[in-house]
Order: sequence, then structure tokens, then C-alpha cells
Amino acid sequence: MTYAIQAEGLVKRFGETQALAGVDLTARPGTVLGVLGPNGAGKTTAVRVLATLLKPDAGTALVGGFDVVRDAHRVRQLIGLTGQYAGVDEMLTGTENLILIGRLLGMSRAESRARAAGLLERFDLSDASERAAKTYSGGMRRRLDLAASLVGRPQILFLDEPTTGLDPRSRNGLWDIVRGLIDDGVTVLLTTQYLEEADQLADDIVVIDHGRVIAHGTPDALKTQVGGQILEVRPVTRADEVTVARIVSDLTDALPEVRDGLVSVPIADSSVMPAVVRRLDEAGVLVGELSLRKSSLDEVFFALTGQRTEEDIEPELTTSGASA
Amino acid sequence: MTTMTVPERRVTPATAVRNTLTLAWRNLVQIKHNPMELIDLSIQPIMFVLLFAYVFGPAMSGSVAAYLPILIPGIIVQNALFATMTTGVGLNVDVTKGVFDRLRSLPIARTAPLAGRIIADVVRQAWSMAILLAVGMLIGFRIQTSALALIPAFGLLLAFALLLSWASVFIGLSVSEPEKVQVFGFVVIFPLTFLSNAFIPLSNNYPAWIHNIMEYNPVSQIANAIRGLLIGHDVAGHSQPVIGPAINALLWGVAIAAIFIPLSLRAYKRRV
Repeated sequence: MTYAIQAEGLVKRFGETQALAGVDLTARPGTVLGVLGPNGAGKTTAVRVLATLLKPDAGTALVGGFDVVRDAHRVRQLIGLTGQYAGVDEMLTGTENLILIGRLLGMSRAESRARAAGLLERFDLSDASERAAKTYSGGMRRRLDLAASLVGRPQILFLDEPTTGLDPRSRNGLWDIVRGLIDDGVTVLLTTQYLEEADQLADDIVVIDHGRVIAHGTPDALKTQVGGQILEVRPVTRADEVTVARIVSDLTDALPEVRDGLVSVPIADSSVMPAVVRRLDEAGVLVGELSLRKSSLDEVFFALTGQRTEEDIEPELTTSGASA
Repeated sequence: MTTMTVPERRVTPATAVRNTLTLAWRNLVQIKHNPMELIDLSIQPIMFVLLFAYVFGPAMSGSVAAYLPILIPGIIVQNALFATMTTGVGLNVDVTKGVFDRLRSLPIARTAPLAGRIIADVVRQAWSMAILLAVGMLIGFRIQTSALALIPAFGLLLAFALLLSWASVFIGLSVSEPEKVQVFGFVVIFPLTFLSNAFIPLSNNYPAWIHNIMEYNPVSQIANAIRGLLIGHDVAGHSQPVIGPAINALLWGVAIAAIFIPLSLRAYKRRV
């Protein structure tokens, strides 16, 4: 088996909405594939198809070498799924939630109890193990959800926006857990809106927008693909930002972005710098800040989708089943 | 990753039964952590029996004791109908909270989440029926036929509730939040149980059309069958047949299930 996950031409339509318009993606065994995209791009739909929760209208997907439609039951024996919204029973305790999964997977009472205790310990939930999950904080719930998806020791794990809505500390904690899983040889498909998350965890990245893959590669390859460096200029007088934008646009042939008085533009060649300085000087623009830096995944994302990844984007809703 | 054990192709019937029982356990063990539900299942039926018996009894039948043969079977039926809402509410919570996604990503029988829910609700039904009967007996209700008649009476009620619960399943899978299941339940079940002979003896003082509704209402039919089984005669002392009303009630149930089972399965497939 070359790929742990292999999808070709996945299409899914919900009424008028084309959620997936022909998605191809692959994940090599034991690696993390980051699926990146703005809200409504089709990330969650892709995960739901790969996790056998939705049948695609067209296209095929193999997970662990088995077809997700024809051999769904076999696929389910290999995968773990952690959704955007924690799929735990809030009325049950942490222990009961995990025992439930263990029993459903055919473990004996003792076996599932031991597995539950081990996982709760590992996810730092032992103290809360006998409390109903409804009393858990957001971070604890995500950890319990992740623990629940690991009861059956899956070889392939789907994490659908596992850190959306978590505070930075909980997010870091979850990243460590995911790194631990990778060390165990698990293949992970991770969807996220956070570029930093993909940068931190993913071996390969697929960028999805409007149900299509618009870019794929390693994080580094994607960064170099969209211009090597970013030139940033902040004029002392905010009113000068229009002049600055015009000058850098003339010299770089790229469309500059202006935000809060800061003009930034991707450049392919840093030799343009002296010309920029000269032209600014000639135009009589006082420059407060001028810098050159390597582009971040943020810029890559912006260049590819024309969208910023805002922190305040509303989380996608999964309830209708018709969302992204 | 290279040497992977080849997974099973499909679920065996034995596994399906075990999955169902595990999920039934899950739906019942919840009660432990949710005292409100225990109140719902116990205190509320007790309260209804006491209020109806002591407030309506003297006005309706001259005394509490004389009213109990009408009330207790009727209130058991009403309670069974309200309890079917639990099925819809529970399913809806599972779908909206993502529990269903988790269950469906597991290698378990496809029917187990639904079947487990229904079995757990049958246990809940049996529990509240027992409570109602016990409270009724405490304040003077007597089974006038034979204690053994309780077995067919419970069986009939459970079968009736099971058939009707498909309406609740459909609503639970169709609406966006649990509260809507409750609202829908109240709007349908309250008129249905009050436009019947569950709490009052049918008389000719009603306009003909209301009288007809009350007479053919499945709630009246099942209440009559239960009265026939437990008491043997109606208020006027005439003997109360069982078979006819029981068949009528079950026919109603089958008709309702025949409508809502296909609708539910469609909603289930679409939703999950």
C-alpha cells in the first residue's frame, strides 16, 4: 500500500451547494496530511467522505487500501475520527464514554476499563474520569473526544479542526499529543484553518477552496512557490500608504496588500530594494519601517485563495450535514 | 503498516445484538448522572396521579375511589405517549452533539444506535408504568380481574408505545434542536390524550363530532383495552371487551408506524 489515504475526483453536492468539486489527495503512511482552507471550502465534507459518513456523488477514495463506499465496514475498523464538535456523550463520565467505545469495538469489560484508564491518564483526565463530560471545559472535551477516537488503536486518524476554539495552551497540548501519535506510526489527516497548525504538524499540505484542491506540497515548497520574500513598508504618515503601494506595485509587478498603514508585497528578487528606497525618497515619503522577510504560510494562503485566515471566522456548523 | 490484519467484511448478527445492548446500556446509565430525568420518570407521574385523583375525582365520579378505575388506565396510557418523546429527544441530541458521527465511524451494526435507543426507552416505559400502578394501588386502585392480567396489559402498552415512537424518531431526526421535539410532542400529545376517554367517561353531552373523535381516538381504544384487562367492566358496570379495542389500538399503531418508519429511515440516512 503506497498511500494510507488516497482520494481521486471526489464530488459531493448538497442541493445547490457544490461542496466537493473533484478533490484529489493522498497521504503517505505514518505522515500528517494537513488540509487547509477557508470556511466552507469543503474540508469537513472531505473528511466525512473519507471517514465513511457520507457517500460521494462521484470519485473514489481508498483508506488503508479499502474503498470507503464498498468496504466501509473494513475502513471503519482502521480509522479514528475526531470531529469539529466533540462527539462525546455529555451525560456519561469520561470513563463511561471510553468504556462504551471499547465495548462497541468488542473488548471485554475488563479490557475496555483498562484501556479507558490508560487513555484518561495519558490525556491528563484521570482526575475528571468519574465526572459527567458536560462538566468538562472545552479543552478537556476535545481531549476526551481524541481519546475516544484512539480506543481502537486506529492506524489512520482523522482530526477535523481539532483545535478550533481552544485557547493557546490547550492548542499546544493537543499538538504534543498529535506529535506523539505520529511517533507511534499513525497516519493523520488534519483539517485546520490555522496555518501555524499546519506548519507545525503537517508533512504535506493540501489547500482546498470552493471544493477544489488549489495547491499541494510540503509547507516549505508552498512557501517558495508563492514568491520567496515579503517586502513591508510602513510610511510615517498614513496618508502616504497609497503612494507607497503605487511605487512598490510599479517595481514588483505584484499587487500590494495595505493593512493598517502597512504595505506588503511578495517579491521574487531582493535586488529591487535599492530602487524602492530611491523611488520613495524621490516621492518625498518618510518611511518609518522597511523590512524584508520570508513569506509565511499566511501569505501563501492569501495568494492562493485571496482570503485572510481570520481568527474571528465563525466555526463551520456540522449539524446540517450540508456544511463545508 | 505493512502487515495489517485483514479486517472483517461485515457485522455478524451476534455482534449486532451485542452492539445494540451496549448502546441500550449507554442510554440507561445516563440517568445516573441526570437526576432531572429520574424526576421526569418518577415524580411527574406520581404528581399527575395525585392531582387528577384528588382534584377531578370527587367532581367527576363523586369520590376518589370511584374515579380511579377510569383514571389509572388512562394516565398510564398518557404517560406512555409522553415517554415516546424521550426517543426523539435523545436521537436529536445524539445527532446535534456529534455522538452519531462518532458511532457511525465505528465498525458496528448500522441499526444499533437506533435499536439501542428504542430498547432503552422500552425499559424507561416499563419503569414509569410500574410507578403509576404502584401509586394508584396505594391510593385505592384495585386490579379486579387477576394480577396475571398485568402481563398482557404491559405488553399491549409497550407494543403500542413502540409503534407510536416512530413518529417521535422521525421528528427527532428532522428538527434542529431537542426543544423542538418537546414542543411538537406537547402540541400533538396533549390534545390527543384529552380528546379521549383517558380521564373522563364518554357521555352524550358532547357535540357529535367531538364524541366521534373521542370514541375512535387510539388513546381511547388502548385505555379501554387496559380497563378491560385490569378491571373487566366499565363505569356503568357493563363488561368491557378487550380484544376489539386492543386490535383497534394496534391497527392505529401499525398505521402510524407504516407512515413514519419509511420517513424515519430516509431522514436517518440523510442525517447521518
